[in-house]
Formats: sequence, C-alpha cells, structure tokens
Amino acid sequence: MSMVDFITKSQVWKSVFRHPAPRDRRNRVVVMLTNVFLHLHPVSVRKSGINLSYTWCMGGLTFFLFLVETVTGVLLMFYYRPTLEHAYNDILLLRDVATLGILRELHRWGAHAMVITIWLHMYRVFLTGSYKPPREFNWGVGVLLLVMTLLLSFTGYLLPWDQLAIWAITVGSNMARATPFLGNEGPGATFLKVGDVSLIHSGSDARFLLLGGRFVSGDTLLRFYVLHCVAIPLAAALLIAVHFWRVRKDGGISGPL
Amino acid sequence: MSEPNPNITGAPNPAPDQPAAVPAATAAPPKPAAPVAPRPAPKPTAKGKQRRFFLFALVGSWFAGGWTAFTASMGLMTLGTLRFLYPNVLSEPPSKIKVGFPDNYEEGKVVERYKDQNTWVVRKDAEIYALSTTCTHLGCTPNWLEREQKFKCPCHGSGYYISGINFEGPAPRPLERWAISVGDDGQMVVDKSRSFHYERGEWSNPDSFIKV
Repeated sequence: MSMVDFITKSQVWKSVFRHPAPRDRRNRVVVMLTNVFLHLHPVSVRKSGINLSYTWCMGGLTFFLFLVETVTGVLLMFYYRPTLEHAYNDILLLRDVATLGILRELHRWGAHAMVITIWLHMYRVFLTGSYKPPREFNWGVGVLLLVMTLLLSFTGYLLPWDQLAIWAITVGSNMARATPFLGNEGPGATFLKVGDVSLIHSGSDARFLLLGGRFVSGDTLLRFYVLHCVAIPLAAALLIAVHFWRVRKDGGISGPL
Repeated sequence: MSEPNPNITGAPNPAPDQPAAVPAATAAPPKPAAPVAPRPAPKPTAKGKQRRFFLFALVGSWFAGGWTAFTASMGLMTLGTLRFLYPNVLSEPPSKIKVGFPDNYEEGKVVERYKDQNTWVVRKDAEIYALSTTCTHLGCTPNWLEREQKFKCPCHGSGYYISGINFEGPAPRPLERWAISVGDDGQMVVDKSRSFHYERGEWSNPDSFIKV
C-alpha cells in the first residue's frame, strides 16, 4: 500500500485521529464535534459571517492579538525580573542583546493594536445593532472585556520601570484616592468606621490595595506583574469563553437580527 | 440466634422491669424516616415558632446544613483573600527626618538637600517650614527655580510661590506643609506623617512652622 495509506491506517494515527478527513456533510459534523479545538467553532457559518465590509473582522482580530500578546508575553517572562534592581535593565537587555528581542516591541505594539481593534469592534457592534435583544448580555460581557484590556494595558505599562511608567502609574493611581467611601480623600471617607477610628486612611484605602503601599514601590511592581501576567489574563480568558459562547448561542456572528 | 430478636413490627421490646408507662410513651408517633420537613416541637408563642423554623431551615437537614456550610466557607474565603492582599509590612523610609539646626538655614532660601525624601526646608520671614514635594495637581515632583523664585511642576505646569501657595497652572491648592519641630538635641525634626493644608487654615497651627 502507499505511504499515505501506511500512515493513516496505522494504530498510532487512528488513535489520534478517530475519523477520516471530512468528505461529506455528516462526516464533517462528526469530525468537528469530536475534536476539542475544532468544536469551539460552529460546523458551518453563514455567508454574511465572513463579509468583511459587514463585520470588519475586528472581534476576530482582537482575539488574535490577545493570543499574540499571550505568546509574546510568556516568552518575555523568560528574561524579565520584576524587581527594583533588574526590571529596567532586563528590558534593555531584551531589546539589545536577546535574539529576536523585537518580541518586546511586538508585545508593546500588539497591546496598542489590541486597544484599537477592541474599540473598532465595539463601534461595529453598535453600528450594526448587534447589541439588541437577545444580545444585550453579550454586550455587557464585551464591556467587561474592554475593562480587562484597559487594565492589562495599565498594569503592563509599569513593568519597564522607567520614568514614563512610574509617573503614569502614580498619576493614574492617585485617582483611586478620590473613590467615594473607599478612597481616603474621596467623599464619605470617614463613613466606614469602627467607633472613632476611620477604617479608610492612606494605609488602607482602595489606592493602598492597588499599589500594595502608600506610593509606587517595589511592592507595586510585583503586584502589577502578577495582575498583568496571571490574574487579569485568567479573568479575561473566562470572559472570552462566555463571550464566544453567547455569540454562537444567540444565532452566530453577523447574522440577520 | 442466641440473642433476643428485635420485634419485627418495629416497636421496641419493653424491658421486663420497666413500668407500664414506657410502652405508652414509645407508642407515640415515630421519628420521620426521611429528612424532609422536620416537624418542630410545638412552642408556646408564635414568634418562637418562627425563630425555630429559621434555624431548622439552615441546619435542620443534611441538605440545608451542607449548603449553609459551603456558603459560609466561600464567604470566609473571599474575605480572607481580600485581607491577604493588604500588606502588613511596608518597606517605606521612616517618616521622621532630621534636617539640621535652625541657624544653618539662610533667610529666603529653599534647601533641596532632602528633596529625595519628599521635603523642601524653607526659611522665610522669621519662619522655617517644610514643604511637601508632591504637586497638588496629580502628584508629580515640581522643581525649585531659584532665578524665578517659584516651584514649577514639569508635568502640567503648576506653579507655586516660595510659600507654597499655588498661583498658576492646574494645581487646585497650595503645597502641603509637614509638621516641623525642634528636637532634644536642637536639631529640627520633620514629621511627614502629619500634613497641614493652607486651604483648611492649618498653617496657623504652630506645629507647622518654627519661629526664628
């Protein structure tokens, strides 16, 4: 028998690929549904779903950029140390000495691009009225994803530990002081108290929780690193799953309403 | 079978020396077999009935008790996680700094030696005071411009007089003053854990300046 036959009829092959390659509609469905990666997509999409002038493909691009950011981010983690002594120099080393150190720039440009595509996606969804019932909940999930993306940008911005990073985060986090009730300089700061002692002060308010201290310090760098690399991506991945699930359940992408 | 059998009908065998009242008591309605709606014992007041029911609804059955325990543990874990994220140990520099003797300070001069510790020490018009180096706009560090006799913030252009009062740019209020006092050895001590705001009238507080 031929080489192809020899491989595709072997025990090894058949244990991995249980069904032959798609050849008719029924077999195509079976192959999609029994594969963990392929079953995330619908078996077939409407023609309007790939109409670029209708969808702009911005949602898909945003997800693609999320994957790019994850992969480049993980690779950067091999050479970056989130400590006061090393952070700035490690970025310089990545840029100048590491092979394909352009990865650091790709990560940064990808982040900018992702923010742009997510706004364009939001704009497209609005223009096509794809937030109307039954899709209102998915719009809400999308807004949460927007917040996650902006938080990823905010936390990632501090990691190079240069002047731009430190001051941007100082200014940005100072706004947390003015949170109502939970910020020590906001309205109602003395509302939460036990007897005479206010629970909310500069060492315990929302800003303190965000920074891990009273000002931007090494503790903040570590905190933002964990948020940027683990906590927020996990939350975002969960929300992405919900977001995609809802698109399918609500009738597929870019269909008639 | 050498031991006495339990009665197949379910009623327990009365012991031979027990009084006759026992069979009558044990002939009372049996306990419910399945843990579905446990009947609360009759209470004298209606309110007592309500209170008893609430407790039973939470812990009366395995089902209810299990969910109550689960919810309580989840709640405690959430609170514990939040508390965990508040650091107990901070690596911050001490808030009290010694800034030398009053006689070493020249009239009308801003001393920048302690700028990296967030403090300017100024002697002006028979007073020595300590200004915070945090711009009241968004938190950057202004620069003292000797020739123009003003503090100028590089971020958004806020300007302050030598007294700390804001006069240009987006700063909404004057620079804050730290508490300053003369220590036992005659050296001045700046205490950054206490700040004084001009716009609250706090600069008249004697802890915010040293008279010379």
